[in-house]
Amino acid sequence: MEDGLKVLLIDDEDDLVSTLVERLEIRGVYAVGVNTGNQALEQVRSGDFDVVVLDVKLKGEDGVEVMKRIKQVRSSLPVILLTGHMSQEASEAGFKAGAIDYILKPINLDDLILKMNEAINLYKK
Amino acid sequence: MGRLLRKLIFVDHSANEMGLPSRYGRMWRNTVLAVAAVCIIPLLTITSVNYYLYQQSFHKEITQPILRITAITKRSLESFLEERIAAAKYVVSREQPEDLYDSEKLASILSRMRQSFGGIVDIGVVDSEGVMRAYAGPYDLHGKNYRDQDWFHKSLVREVYVSDVFLGHREFPHFIVAVKREGAKEKSLIFRATLDIEGMVRQIQVAGIKRHCDAFLVNTDGLLQTPSRLYGDALGTFSGEIPPYSESSELFEEMVVESEKYFMGSAYIENSPFIFIILVNHEGLMAGWLAYQGEMLSILILSVLAILLLIMRITTSWVSRIKEADLRREATLHNIEHTNRMASIGRLAAGVAHEINNPLAIINEKAGLITDILGISGDLPHKDKLLKQTETILKSVNRCSEITHRLLGFARHMDVKNEPVAVDALIRDVLGFLEKEAAYRDIKVEMNVSDTLPTIHSDKGQLQQLFLNLINNAFDAMKKGGKLVISIASLPSQKVSITITDDGSGIPKEDLEKIFEPFFTTKKTKGTGLGLSITYGIVQKLRGTIEVESEIGRGTSFIVTLPENRPS
Repeated sequence: MEDGLKVLLIDDEDDLVSTLVERLEIRGVYAVGVNTGNQALEQVRSGDFDVVVLDVKLKGEDGVEVMKRIKQVRSSLPVILLTGHMSQEASEAGFKAGAIDYILKPINLDDLILKMNEAINLYKK
Repeated sequence: MGRLLRKLIFVDHSANEMGLPSRYGRMWRNTVLAVAAVCIIPLLTITSVNYYLYQQSFHKEITQPILRITAITKRSLESFLEERIAAAKYVVSREQPEDLYDSEKLASILSRMRQSFGGIVDIGVVDSEGVMRAYAGPYDLHGKNYRDQDWFHKSLVREVYVSDVFLGHREFPHFIVAVKREGAKEKSLIFRATLDIEGMVRQIQVAGIKRHCDAFLVNTDGLLQTPSRLYGDALGTFSGEIPPYSESSELFEEMVVESEKYFMGSAYIENSPFIFIILVNHEGLMAGWLAYQGEMLSILILSVLAILLLIMRITTSWVSRIKEADLRREATLHNIEHTNRMASIGRLAAGVAHEINNPLAIINEKAGLITDILGISGDLPHKDKLLKQTETILKSVNRCSEITHRLLGFARHMDVKNEPVAVDALIRDVLGFLEKEAAYRDIKVEMNVSDTLPTIHSDKGQLQQLFLNLINNAFDAMKKGGKLVISIASLPSQKVSITITDDGSGIPKEDLEKIFEPFFTTKKTKGTGLGLSITYGIVQKLRGTIEVESEIGRGTSFIVTLPENRPS
């Protein structure tokens, strides 16, 4: 159980987001799932999240751009990129924009939780 | 010889497999024929014209002297006879008949005639009855009657008569010249001179008859009037054809005597029954012509052979160059086509993989959620069975995920690093990963490294993946106890070639063209069919080339060529 961990999930696939939220909650992680960049920004402004998991390819939006906007609101919020495949160009752009890590689809939930904890610990330092 | 034949005969294997004649063979043959025709036909024409003109000239050179000799001899013989006839006429016209009937006076005339002309045997005077009334000479012919003899009757008819050569009672070949004196019965007489044939033989010899010639006189009945080298003594038979009458000298080209060919010159001698014949052996005269013919034919054959050889050599060189250029063009087109096909497949694969990834992630999460819910739920009917089902779903999702990641790996554009790489050391590192498997399967690995191997500048990580894929594939193809040979050599074109040769099962010919395509696999259940396509993608990115050679049952060689990329 990951008590107290608050995570914002952003992916344009609603089914994926809702299922992930449910699974994380079973593991004691507080998760909020949204499908667009604007919804994500609203959540970041209003909520107190420990970490963001952001899909690189949102419908009609560039995930890296969304991340930049999130960082403008809260630069200390760690962002993990969610991607079908992390190419070198995409990863470099993501890391340059402030991503702390990435995870590949389909997601191994244990890996995700591990990466989220590592990211939070890294930011706390 | 073998090399020459191989050079001369162009074999288009693909055409031959289809049962068609070689295109380059046809091209070679047609070119040789066309160029040979253009070169050899004029040569043959010029040679033929030259041959004809020379033959005409040579013919004239041969025949003109024969005709000249014939004409000269004709004139000599006619003069010879005319002199004797004129002398007889002179005697007949100057002397009175009673003086001519006087044997003493006749002897005196014979003496004078012998002083002036050679060859006169005797002379006599025959009256109109055919009785020899007076005679001067070595025989006793006084009173002999010639009334029944042919010459007497002919002499009566003609003013002057020259007889054929005959033996008579003198028993040596001779002829007579008879001149008739017209007058009353007592006054009419025939003055007759007997001549041996030596005088005429000398006239013929004077004409300068050479060793390979024969010259003689015949009469119109074909009896020899003088001795002949070919036909024997006088009064023998001349078996040749008597030439038709002509006032001038004539030449006949092909007279055959004892199977030898002769030129024959002939001339009728005026006021006599004699025909002068000269036979000149072809062989003697034609020796020069035959030698010329031989030389000309040899030069012609040698020239034609030299032209043909030169044409064949030049054509071989041209057709070889055309063939090489065609092969290079075909190979380039094939490479472009292959690269384009691979790029298209890559783009398609990447798109498909990306699109599949999202639903795959949802399936993964849904199955995961079911597992989670089952995990926190108490005892439920069929719980274990449901957990097994979700486990299978998750495993399948992982398998699909592996495939999509590999597909994207094949297609993605990664930046290529440019770091110094010692290819031999890198391959030894890769072999280190596979040490345990090699030991377990008793596979021997041999490395042949060129002494002058340069350090190349390339992407170490990608090269590791490239060689790991190739060596892994080789291991998969080999049986226990197999042998893998890795040869690394420096090429003159600032490239390094790495050849990985296994002694495994080999790849069928029909599969060789497809092995670099995604999802093509010969490993049935084991492989994803992406290993070699990823390898191909890496080689392309590193601006290298990859080729494969394989023989069923003998093994497979992958030849990777990488640029040195020396820093400028």
